Amino acid sequence: MNPAILAILTIIIGVGGCVGYFYFSNQLLDKVIFPARGPNIGRNINRANMVRPWLFLFPAIFALGLYLAYPVFATLWLSLTDRDQGGAFVGLANYSQMSSEPKFWEAIGNNMLWLIVVPAMSTAFGLLAAQLTDRISWGNIAKSMIFMPMAISFVGASVIWKLIYDTRPENQDQIGVLNAVWVWFGGDPQTWLTIEPWNNFLLMVVLIWIQTGFAMVILSAALRGVPEDTIEAAIIDGAGPFQIFFKIKIPQIMSTIVVVWTTITIVVLKVFDIVLAMTNGQWGTQVLANYMYDKLFRSFDWGVGSASAMIIMLLVSPILVWNVYNANKEMR
Amino acid sequence: MAGLALKQIRKSYGPVDVIHGVDLDIDEGEFIVFVGPSGCGKSTLLRMIAGLETISGGELHIDGQLVNDIPPSMRGIAMVFQSYALYPHMTVFDNMAFGMRIAKADAAEIKRRVGEAAEILQLEPYLDRLPKALSGGQRQRVAIGRAIVRNPKVFLFDEPLSNLDAALRVATRIEIAKLHESMPSSTMIYVTHDQVEAMTLADRIVVLSAGNIEQVGSPLGLYDNPRNLFVAQFIGSPAMNIVPAKIVKTGTKTTIELPDGGKVVAPIKSGSALEGSNASFGIRPEDLSIVDGDKKPVLQGQVSLVESLGEVTMIYVDIEGRDEPLVAKLAGTHMFERGSTIKLTAEPEKMHVFDSEGISLQHL
Repeated sequence: MNPAILAILTIIIGVGGCVGYFYFSNQLLDKVIFPARGPNIGRNINRANMVRPWLFLFPAIFALGLYLAYPVFATLWLSLTDRDQGGAFVGLANYSQMSSEPKFWEAIGNNMLWLIVVPAMSTAFGLLAAQLTDRISWGNIAKSMIFMPMAISFVGASVIWKLIYDTRPENQDQIGVLNAVWVWFGGDPQTWLTIEPWNNFLLMVVLIWIQTGFAMVILSAALRGVPEDTIEAAIIDGAGPFQIFFKIKIPQIMSTIVVVWTTITIVVLKVFDIVLAMTNGQWGTQVLANYMYDKLFRSFDWGVGSASAMIIMLLVSPILVWNVYNANKEMR
Repeated sequence: MAGLALKQIRKSYGPVDVIHGVDLDIDEGEFIVFVGPSGCGKSTLLRMIAGLETISGGELHIDGQLVNDIPPSMRGIAMVFQSYALYPHMTVFDNMAFGMRIAKADAAEIKRRVGEAAEILQLEPYLDRLPKALSGGQRQRVAIGRAIVRNPKVFLFDEPLSNLDAALRVATRIEIAKLHESMPSSTMIYVTHDQVEAMTLADRIVVLSAGNIEQVGSPLGLYDNPRNLFVAQFIGSPAMNIVPAKIVKTGTKTTIELPDGGKVVAPIKSGSALEGSNASFGIRPEDLSIVDGDKKPVLQGQVSLVESLGEVTMIYVDIEGRDEPLVAKLAGTHMFERGSTIKLTAEPEKMHVFDSEGISLQHL
């Protein structure tokens, strides 16, 4: 069968199935289980309304359980077993093996570096872009340009930046923008992605470039939500533009800044594609997610691979909780 | 002399003029209220005095100094906003201290001034709270406190009571009146659309309409002697009744003829040129009374609605020459059948006559 027809069929079955599920399950609830008639009509309506949210939530909870909760426990179990011994339980042996590998500690160290630099720079640049683009006539065009990288996949962005950092032998023209500029200023061509530890920062630039647009859009909306009156009151109190920005605007959007910061932090902890596509963890640029991929799909060592996955989850979880807490607080 | 002088102040947004050359002198210590319907430019005028809007034309002097291009914080003004405009992330103390901290004032001096303002406004128990932990009335007091701490020559109030409920509005209004009494040298300019606030607070009221001053005067001056139809109908509630009329005799007293043929003699001087011209006859609802006995009525018509409010009775009367019923506000309780004929009269000195341009004959 033609793939297009297959796709359409899938859409029809999927969407129709969803609509059908909600319609018929509600019919069943309202007409058969708790019918809105008879002597207990009031009680039935109340009960039906208590059950209904769960009816609506069930598909999502089921899918999340199957594709998220179950894999977490399966991974936890895998991290405590050894493939070579036919999946026998080995306790924390995988974790101790992992902790003896310098590559793992390199990944942890690099992840920490990413964690500090990328969210800070993305949020700072996003805030700057949000404030400045709100004040100029072509701000919306500038905003679209800054937001554009969000639409590019991490791998696509990595390819673009790999070209920027590209190096050619000395007797050829340098096609990489960075080398071109470097040579123009009188330097010798460099193989940028091999220079430790700066190559780590060159990789981070890619993610900052992508995430700045996200930070800008959210923070721009938040800045517009700052009541104009408070700014005018500050003007009358004698505050200058910088004081208004740092003492009036920033404190009022602090909870949004925290949400943006933590959201980017979570993205950073999972960073994988950029490192895989640009250096594959060589020259001291390894990160946890790429380490996990190496172990799981190149060495086929599910034990250590799963153990590193658990480490990533342990690191992400508290930040995620804080992020959700702040997002909820902001909505109130 | 911390007075203000507005000379031909204009404001335009592109080709659209919103303030058309306002001239006004305000003395030191005066309480001036700008009133007018929505969109009349009263807030814009206030914001130009504050420096939050640029002045498109004319000159603004505060305390004898031309301040057109002086930034708001250097003009010696403080402003209280309708929405309070408190800084939500700062405590009450920090809100009031912000201006002085920006000015790098001495910490002990800040403490003293904020303490004084807090004492005047009874805010001492709340100094450590955030604005969100305060009630609307308390928030507005903090906003007023922030203004006091600035120790300004001129206080600007932009509809400060509009966000409060009715009871709190009265209480805060009285507080503002007391505040003005306690600081006799501070000039206050207050914008409102509420006439009760205007009548009770003002030394002088400035009535604005469509970017022009209609009249400036004391509250009772405007009530007793409005310059034109707009002021006559804007000041007073319910609004003055206006009946179309014709001037039939001029002189030291003016005789007018109403649409139903009745003639009224008002003790108002008029020039002979007006004889035979169209005019408007104005009488306030509270100045009307029921004719006792067989005296000749000024106005008569059919009762269309009676509202008994206890202390007063509002009677809506259909009369000739007006589509809308005329309103009479009578003290006490009165019973009338709907559709019955009612005869009304008024003291001659309470009558108003406006010429065909809408200007009161007393102001010609």
